[in-house]
Amino acid sequence: MTTQHTGSEPGSAAGGTEEISGPALSGRARFWRRFRRQWPAQIALGYLIVIVAVAVCAPLLATYSPFDQNLNGVLARPSGEHWLGTDDLGRDVYSRLLYAARISLLAAAQAVAVSLVLGVLPGLLAGYAGKKTDAVIMRITDAVMSFPPLILAIAVVGVLGPSLTNAMFVIGIIFAPRFLRLVRGSVLSLRAETFIEASRSIGTPRWRIIQRHVLPNVLSPLVVQISLASALAMLAEASLSFLGLGVQPPEASWGAMIERGFRYTAAAPWMTVFPGLLIALTVLAFNVLGDGLRDSLGREVRKAS
Amino acid sequence: MITYALRRIAMIIPLIIMVSFGVYALVLMIPGDPAITIAGENATEEQIQATRERLGLTDSFFVQYWNWISGAVRGDLGQSLFSSQTVTGAILDRFPVTLALTAAAVTVALLIAVPAGIIAALHRGRWPDRAVTLLTSIGISMPSFWLGILLVMVLALATPIFPAVGYTPLSESVLGWAHNLVLPAFTLGLAVCAEITRQLRGSLSDVLHQDYIRTARAAGLRGRIVVVKHGMKNAAVPVVTVLGFQVGFLLGGSVVVERVFGIPGLGDLAIRAVLERDIPMIQGIVVVSAAIVMLVNLVVDLSYGYLNPKVRQS
Repeated sequence: MTTQHTGSEPGSAAGGTEEISGPALSGRARFWRRFRRQWPAQIALGYLIVIVAVAVCAPLLATYSPFDQNLNGVLARPSGEHWLGTDDLGRDVYSRLLYAARISLLAAAQAVAVSLVLGVLPGLLAGYAGKKTDAVIMRITDAVMSFPPLILAIAVVGVLGPSLTNAMFVIGIIFAPRFLRLVRGSVLSLRAETFIEASRSIGTPRWRIIQRHVLPNVLSPLVVQISLASALAMLAEASLSFLGLGVQPPEASWGAMIERGFRYTAAAPWMTVFPGLLIALTVLAFNVLGDGLRDSLGREVRKAS
Repeated sequence: MITYALRRIAMIIPLIIMVSFGVYALVLMIPGDPAITIAGENATEEQIQATRERLGLTDSFFVQYWNWISGAVRGDLGQSLFSSQTVTGAILDRFPVTLALTAAAVTVALLIAVPAGIIAALHRGRWPDRAVTLLTSIGISMPSFWLGILLVMVLALATPIFPAVGYTPLSESVLGWAHNLVLPAFTLGLAVCAEITRQLRGSLSDVLHQDYIRTARAAGLRGRIVVVKHGMKNAAVPVVTVLGFQVGFLLGGSVVVERVFGIPGLGDLAIRAVLERDIPMIQGIVVVSAAIVMLVNLVVDLSYGYLNPKVRQS
């Protein structure tokens, strides 16, 4: 999907001035200098750190157990006692949100990890191994990309049985082509670079060239893509959980909490509004961070991602 | 152009074979014995055997695949396991509903995206651009079903302007059909709208920096004519491509949106099939939606080749 690339324009705030003083600084120093100017991306990063911390410290921050039912206090409005109200079983929405953060974040991480495993190595292979291997890998990639992502995920989860692990595994497979194409593209353009040619001409073994020269150069665009893919994975998890095909009760992710709240839209809007807000903010943060990181990369790298 | 078209069409054949094979292989992924899984745990030995034969599981996998794919080519995707309908029949029943929803969503998306994209491109870097960029970022970050529920809360429950759920067939009442479709179309269209706006903003502001635009302006053409006639024409090409990419997203998104608004489309059928483990139905829906995506991408590629001679040569 090329559509994600348009948010950042070449030569925006990040480029320009440092480029001149550039050679004196290392690539990493230049990156940090540019990133310091990307204040939206820094806010996004700060937010994500907070969310991860909240997920880790959920037991400390929760005011109730996320599973404790109180059938005398169902669908209670937000109040001093229950900050964000209670759900249809009288469970504290605030405490459930904290615990659901763990599941939502872990699910996204799992999908991205699967994508990386399935995308990076075949991507290196496709870019480096030769035309035949490349053709085979790219045809398979095309086939995977021909499926509407959510429909394929629904079908596979439907066949395997609904569970979060199944759901995120499929999502990981569906997003793998993004990483594969990125890595392959970077490798192809790197192969033509003089320094790689030079290295090859003095007889450096192929794996060593990949390890020493290719991988470090692919890393930066990969980090950008990881951030953007996390956003998509989180949305996909929310959709699948909303359809009842992701995490199973009594566990809940933010998407699953919306599904529960959906049945009480009129009586208890807080059951729906808050988890959705958290999904939207977190996805936004991943997107903004990804865009900011891309704008902080050198122009050459920016092209590849 | 004809060579390009033929080559592009030839490329799709191995793709279709791989995709259909992948879809059929779904049956291999059923944990344990599919016949037992489908017949239910309390089924008798005869029932399991009957299910096995009904699914054609007694043949080898490749024979099964061959039977299925040769039927599929003739439009026969098999029989639903749980209803008397054929898979093709059920899909054809539901397809018009999903088509109406997605078409309405694309219309909503374009109606908002085109003016927004133009405004952003013309005021690049200034506040209208920043506002549009912010809104599109929010647009792609919201889960569509959540947005749908919020719209229902505000525009159907708090102030009952639109119905919260339901669908009226077009043949019954045109007005009722449109009335029912407004909220779902907005819900599904807004995410697509954000993508198109981003793309249009980018491509249009690139085009507006071209020399020929400056020439047109220098020649004294009015601003509006320059933007619409000279700018949009060239900026539209990448937008069409993005629209093509969005088809898969629309088909997936409609599953969720149909669930929110209780619309009896393909998505509703898919969810039902998945919950009942109606394997032939699942396979049929997946293969049909993949075929739609491939077909749209083919059309986009061909139109791209037609519009841009450079593409034909590569």
